[in-house]
Amino acid sequence: MPTFVYMTRCDGCGHCVDICPSDIMHIDKTYRRAYNIEPNMCWECYSCVKACPQHAIDVRGYADFAPLGHSVRVHRDEQKGTIAWRIKFRNGTEKNFLSPITTKPWGQAIPKLAEVPGPSKEMRDGELLYSEPKYIRMDDGGLRTLESAGLKMKMGVYY
Amino acid sequence: MLSINPFAALSATVSPAVMQAYVVVMIVLVVAGTLFEVVHKGSARYFFQNMRNSKAKGARALGGSELVSIAVQTAVVDVLASGEFCNPRRRIAHLLGMYGFVLYVLATAVLVFEPAAGAIWAQLWWLGGLMVCVGGYWFWFFIRVDVAAEGNSPFRLVRADLFILSMLASATLGLVWAWLQARGSAGTMVVFGLYILATTVLFAGVPWSKFAHMFFKPAAAFEKRITRADGTAENLPTQTRDDPEQQKRHSMELLQNAPMDMGLGIKREAPRHY
Repeated sequence: MPTFVYMTRCDGCGHCVDICPSDIMHIDKTYRRAYNIEPNMCWECYSCVKACPQHAIDVRGYADFAPLGHSVRVHRDEQKGTIAWRIKFRNGTEKNFLSPITTKPWGQAIPKLAEVPGPSKEMRDGELLYSEPKYIRMDDGGLRTLESAGLKMKMGVYY
Repeated sequence: MLSINPFAALSATVSPAVMQAYVVVMIVLVVAGTLFEVVHKGSARYFFQNMRNSKAKGARALGGSELVSIAVQTAVVDVLASGEFCNPRRRIAHLLGMYGFVLYVLATAVLVFEPAAGAIWAQLWWLGGLMVCVGGYWFWFFIRVDVAAEGNSPFRLVRADLFILSMLASATLGLVWAWLQARGSAGTMVVFGLYILATTVLFAGVPWSKFAHMFFKPAAAFEKRITRADGTAENLPTQTRDDPEQQKRHSMELLQNAPMDMGLGIKREAPRHY
């Protein structure tokens, strides 16, 4: 399901070129708009679709399995810290999702890993991973569980 | 020099009637070129078809007052303030170029048809030309996507550059010609000839250049705002976090105490890293 660009929406800002992990989004030399230079190599990661400030990039399903008339569109709102999806099925059903992409203002909670002291030999030989046990809170009242949070496990799918 | 009407000084060589006829021909060429483009590319047919489709899919019908409000917003934000640009540098360059070009063309018409117009019109002509040059050259050498994102030489030319280059050439050669004429230098008429050539290419090249975007873009911006207001939004999500109804969502729990403005993430830096 490679990406494609609505040429009339694109203003050639280059965000997709910058973010594409396959380096296949480029600026067309004649029209000065972005395009996917090698759709076969597209991972369908949606990075460019989310990064495009003009919503000029969409993803085209292969005709043999994608239902015609469907629509999957996304809006990544950096300033509000959310990502929203709108899924339209060809029978008219519509689903909307809204999820957080950050819980803190951007660029203010970057861990200063360069200042962290290197692991001792004992830590290297130990079973614990980096930041354990602190981040799993084993040293702060034990592991957080449903029970410790006063919740109960329910069977089946529920909302 | 800045207060002298350059076209009045030119009338010793070129008759004012010829100059006025030239301006009228240029206006006719722009109108004809735009109409040709509308018919040839089917843009108006596409625009109205898209409007009808969007209206049919729309969750709610828009009233007359809403349409007027959307038209005002489009005019003020998208047209007068170039609100569709995300890159502030491009937006400033566009504003300089747009207002400069309007001033430059308007002042040219006034100076040609009314040689005794006040010094203010000559000054506006200079100001408009300089604004086009500042915005245009800034765009051409530093902001243009081909240069900023792909790292190509600013001197590589393609047909897509017809509009910006002919506009820059027209403004630059016009200012150089007026300057040479005020100094009484030799070669004034050669530069004037090149100025007329560039200006003719600019106005006669409408079907091949992006000149007509000044008519199409406001229509597209208006349509975009309409789709957002009627709920179709080109199938894009319309739910946002500042809606109190959405704040009750389970997925929004983690953002309950977070500020509504998280600042900029990847858009903090201009995309030019590869």
